[in-house]
Amino acid sequence: MRRLLHLAERVGRATAKGVDELGFGAALFGESLFWLFMGPRRRQPVRVGPIFAQAMEIGIHALPIITVLAVTIGVMLAIQGIYSLRAFGAEQQVVLGIALSLVREFAPLITGILVAGRSGSALAARLGTMRINQEVDALRVMGISPVRFLVVPPLLAMVVMVPALTMWAMLVGLTGAGLYVSAELGMSMGAYYQQVLDVLASNDLLHGFGKSAIFAVLITIVGVVNGALVAGGAEGVGRMTTRSVVHAISAIVITDMIFVFMVTRG
Amino acid sequence: MTDQPPRSVTIEVENLVTHYGDRLILKGVSLTVYDGEILVIMGGSGSGKSTLLNHLLGLLRPTSGRVRLLGLDINDCTPLELQELRKKMGVAFQGGALFSSMTVGENIMLPLYEHTRLDRKTMEIMVRLKMEVVELAGFENLMPAELSGGMIKRAALARAIVMDPKLLFCDEPSAGLDPVVSASIDDLILRLRDAMGMTIVVVTHELESAFKIADRICVLDRGEIIALGSVQEIRDSDNERVQNLLNRRTEEVTLDVDAYLRRLTGEGG
Repeated sequence: MRRLLHLAERVGRATAKGVDELGFGAALFGESLFWLFMGPRRRQPVRVGPIFAQAMEIGIHALPIITVLAVTIGVMLAIQGIYSLRAFGAEQQVVLGIALSLVREFAPLITGILVAGRSGSALAARLGTMRINQEVDALRVMGISPVRFLVVPPLLAMVVMVPALTMWAMLVGLTGAGLYVSAELGMSMGAYYQQVLDVLASNDLLHGFGKSAIFAVLITIVGVVNGALVAGGAEGVGRMTTRSVVHAISAIVITDMIFVFMVTRG
Repeated sequence: MTDQPPRSVTIEVENLVTHYGDRLILKGVSLTVYDGEILVIMGGSGSGKSTLLNHLLGLLRPTSGRVRLLGLDINDCTPLELQELRKKMGVAFQGGALFSSMTVGENIMLPLYEHTRLDRKTMEIMVRLKMEVVELAGFENLMPAELSGGMIKRAALARAIVMDPKLLFCDEPSAGLDPVVSASIDDLILRLRDAMGMTIVVVTHELESAFKIADRICVLDRGEIIALGSVQEIRDSDNERVQNLLNRRTEEVTLDVDAYLRRLTGEGG
């Protein structure tokens, strides 16, 4: 009985803490929007320079690895698609599967996971280190909002760069798959691209981009929340950095499922 | 507590009570800092002096009590009023709290860049002026990681005074430095008060430094002010806990055998 009570207490405390963090994240997002739009009136505008610096780091520097991953996944999808459709003798239909699954699912998902691992963790580590070095306190006593100064630039950069990277992942992923398909089925690249364009509707693209924008917000907020909760020196920074990656990827996958459920069933 | 003639009040702390979780940290602290004086808050580790400083800076919210800086209640004012107040105060943190991604010069320039509409050249001149004051001239293009401990403290001071604040807070300005560098930082603080007429609050546990720079000393112990007065008054204090602190004596612990055993066995206590 005592153990049961103990367990119940632990579950309760963990839940309360989780809800607390969710609320903190939502408040941060709200405050970010406030500074983005009201900052100039408070004479605390969001600076453009840091946004570009972050966009460079989050977006441009991630291009090589996104390219490699997207091409690999495209080829993998082509191989698996042809293999499974061969059972019905319907290999020619593989383009439909590749185009829809890449644009609607794999490109946003892989990009999201990669950016969470690369930039979400870096954000958590940076904010965590700044917090334990009292740099966040220093901003506050200087009358500079830490949210405006530290959170809004990466948030904006993410919201622009994650969909942009997703678009790039769609393009190179489709091309990678096309190279394999044309070699395997003797289809010309021109015919392949034509089929892709026939299959895809603007709805599918919107689905992919919409999701990636949501992922961008999730990655930033999860990174910032974990960075802001750092306590206990260098070890604490490491722990929260790991936690931010795990949380961000979980949030992305779960949100993806919910998004697909809500949008696709209608 | 002092016989000095009435002067204008810069900081007023009234019956400040604070908790950290369930633990009571400050047990009703009241304190007044007058215009143009250097007040040193002294106390051992765990005395609550860092907590008191964080409350003076408005970084923590008290359980009860009031903190007024330059006449403004910092826990009961609009965000805009607080932002305006913060332009009039400077803080030099213990570890410097310089932003590691910016050069020393950019660090010092940040408050100007964020709060004024001066052009870049003017800001650069003002930064160099302050760097001359703290004897760091010529180092503006280094990164904080390339500075020594004493230089970091100087740079932090330069950033704290770049807006010519009325009020300056220094957290352990000479802790962890060698005696010569530490003495030069003390001189610097005295110069700042004399040349710029700032009101300065210094938190420290270094006795020598405290006696050298203080107009008045406030001794904090276990969350209470146990003495407040001029350097001489503190030296002459007959309070046992003050004398223990001044003479580096450990407190005489009255041994309660039962409580000791309870602590060892972990059965409450």
